[in-house]
Amino acid sequence: MAVDKELALALYRIMTEIRQLELKLQEVYRSGVMPGFIHLYVGEEAVAAGVCAHLRRSDYVTSTHRGHGHAFAKGIPAREIFAEIWGKATGCCGGRGGSMHIYAPEYGFLGTNGIVAAGIPIGAGAALAASLEGGDRVAVSFFGDGAVNNCAFHEGINLAAAWNLPAVFVCENNMYATEMAFARATRNTDVSTRGPAYGIPGVQVDGNDVLAVYEVAGQAIARARSGGGPTLVECKTYRTVGHHEGDPGTAYRTREEVEAWKKRCPLRTLRDRMIASGLASEQEFQRIDEEAGALVRAAEEFARNSPEPSPETVLEHVFA
Amino acid sequence: MTTPAIESRSQEPPAEREISYVDAGIEALREEMRRDPKVFYMGQGIGPRGGNFRQARGLWSEFGDHRLRDTPISEMGTTGLGVGAAMAGFRPIVDIVFLDMVMEAMGQIVEQAATVHYSSNGKIRVPLVIRAAMGAVRSAGPHHSRCFYPWFANVPGLKVATPATAADVKGLLKTAIRDDNPVIFLEHKALYNTKGPVPAGEYTIPFGQARVCREGADVTIAAVSLMVWKALQAAELLAPHVSAEVIDLRTVAPLDRETLLASVRKTGRLVLVEEGPATCSFVSEISALVSEEAFDYLDAPIHRVCALPVPHPFHPALEAEMLPSPAKIAAAVRQLLG
Repeated sequence: MAVDKELALALYRIMTEIRQLELKLQEVYRSGVMPGFIHLYVGEEAVAAGVCAHLRRSDYVTSTHRGHGHAFAKGIPAREIFAEIWGKATGCCGGRGGSMHIYAPEYGFLGTNGIVAAGIPIGAGAALAASLEGGDRVAVSFFGDGAVNNCAFHEGINLAAAWNLPAVFVCENNMYATEMAFARATRNTDVSTRGPAYGIPGVQVDGNDVLAVYEVAGQAIARARSGGGPTLVECKTYRTVGHHEGDPGTAYRTREEVEAWKKRCPLRTLRDRMIASGLASEQEFQRIDEEAGALVRAAEEFARNSPEPSPETVLEHVFA
Repeated sequence: MTTPAIESRSQEPPAEREISYVDAGIEALREEMRRDPKVFYMGQGIGPRGGNFRQARGLWSEFGDHRLRDTPISEMGTTGLGVGAAMAGFRPIVDIVFLDMVMEAMGQIVEQAATVHYSSNGKIRVPLVIRAAMGAVRSAGPHHSRCFYPWFANVPGLKVATPATAADVKGLLKTAIRDDNPVIFLEHKALYNTKGPVPAGEYTIPFGQARVCREGADVTIAAVSLMVWKALQAAELLAPHVSAEVIDLRTVAPLDRETLLASVRKTGRLVLVEEGPATCSFVSEISALVSEEAFDYLDAPIHRVCALPVPHPFHPALEAEMLPSPAKIAAAVRQLLG
């Protein structure tokens, strides 16, 4: 595949923005000022970047507990995400949601989620709404390998397939559900092969190759948009950090394995490839990194200086 | 089944017809689906078959496959799709058929539908109706008989409607469909074929408005759904020596505290009836409320008449022994009065 430089740099920019956002969140979280729990997306950035590059603001996304990258790639400004995860009143949910309950309907973002697999039928439901509406919106559900042995995976995909809904199901197979190795969780570790079981295409892609993800996701989203129904996309990837911030992530996997995947970092892979082929220079990447750093620092500063929600608002919004 | 007559409500239009509880629900659905194209209805067997309880009869031929969606037996999937479609601006009604099967879908209701509006800081509404039929009829056993409504009332963000009459089915279901929040709408299987007066014109009934079905001076008996009828039968058994006031609370959440408390302040005695076990029940909540708000008015301890704490037994005699009855309610009242 011929590499489009502008596209590659645009995808790199999203990935490095996500990476730096996550590392800044990690830094602030470790300083002890951030409430709750965070699950970082470090190592998996190519999936959110490659998939969401095809989405319009009016399209829908549902996400997971590891969802900061999806939220950002779908268009929510970094500072609103940062402030929400910090529990600030200026966050996209006013500090009521936090990391695992980030919602931004104005960007088509129907939630990160504390319940593994719950976003799958919800995404299919957004696709049902799109279908009833009659336009060409699509809905993408992101989820991990930990979701695929849950009934919500089966029921959500089955209904979307039965009703030919404009849905795309993106499995980020990072090989571990918390500490449970996928090879121990199921006998067939190729999630994509489950697609044909529901009568829909199942496609496997290197989830650390953003251009490959971009291509496969583009086909799946175009199929959904044009009335061709759902696709199950499996992105083989890896989180090079622990399950949640505070988990060293080494009790259930070897340091060698983690190090091997760090060498396959999706940012580094793309960068090396572009530079080696002479399509872009080290300086271009450095500039993008610096711009991303500035964006993230501004987001962090905005969040740090933002007010907390007022305790007397606690009863607001239980009901519409 | 025959049901005692209830007093007509003076604020409603005079033109009334006698229609069945199940047909009242169909009328509500038809009117709301005609009024609002965002309303659609999903459930197992509600298409050409018209629903297991005939609760969707005639709708499919008018609204077609897209808005009258027959689903596979997939309660969690169907409910989850309902949540997603509601978040995306539609107004789905998901029919669980037998309430017992809602257990398969509880995560989507409790952890998704009920929390999204709050967690999103009011940005996303979930105008979803979960419709189901509850209650014990004809030895259906432990998987087709239960009345789970207190479980939902325990969840912030959910509303729970439990109509006892045909008129209330129509008025409350229309309100449920128009509500911007998730509503659990529970009909009683034993009431589907009962008939009652239903206003001919357009009307809705607000949530959180109880109805005094029978006025009385000596004791208040409060209930919802089928147990309202059992309470009215008990009041007949007690008359003329005991004057019992019977209150249909109509919606479990929100609860009409004022009507209930006003009645207790008047009669000084309260008997609560529930077709479920007493432990952590809806009537336990009411009992706590009354002891907090009207303790000084009570002339006797609050008494709960509930189902015995056993899974629904199969044999009719065992099932009857388990459930509240007019005789059991009347006995409880007599005991209170000494």
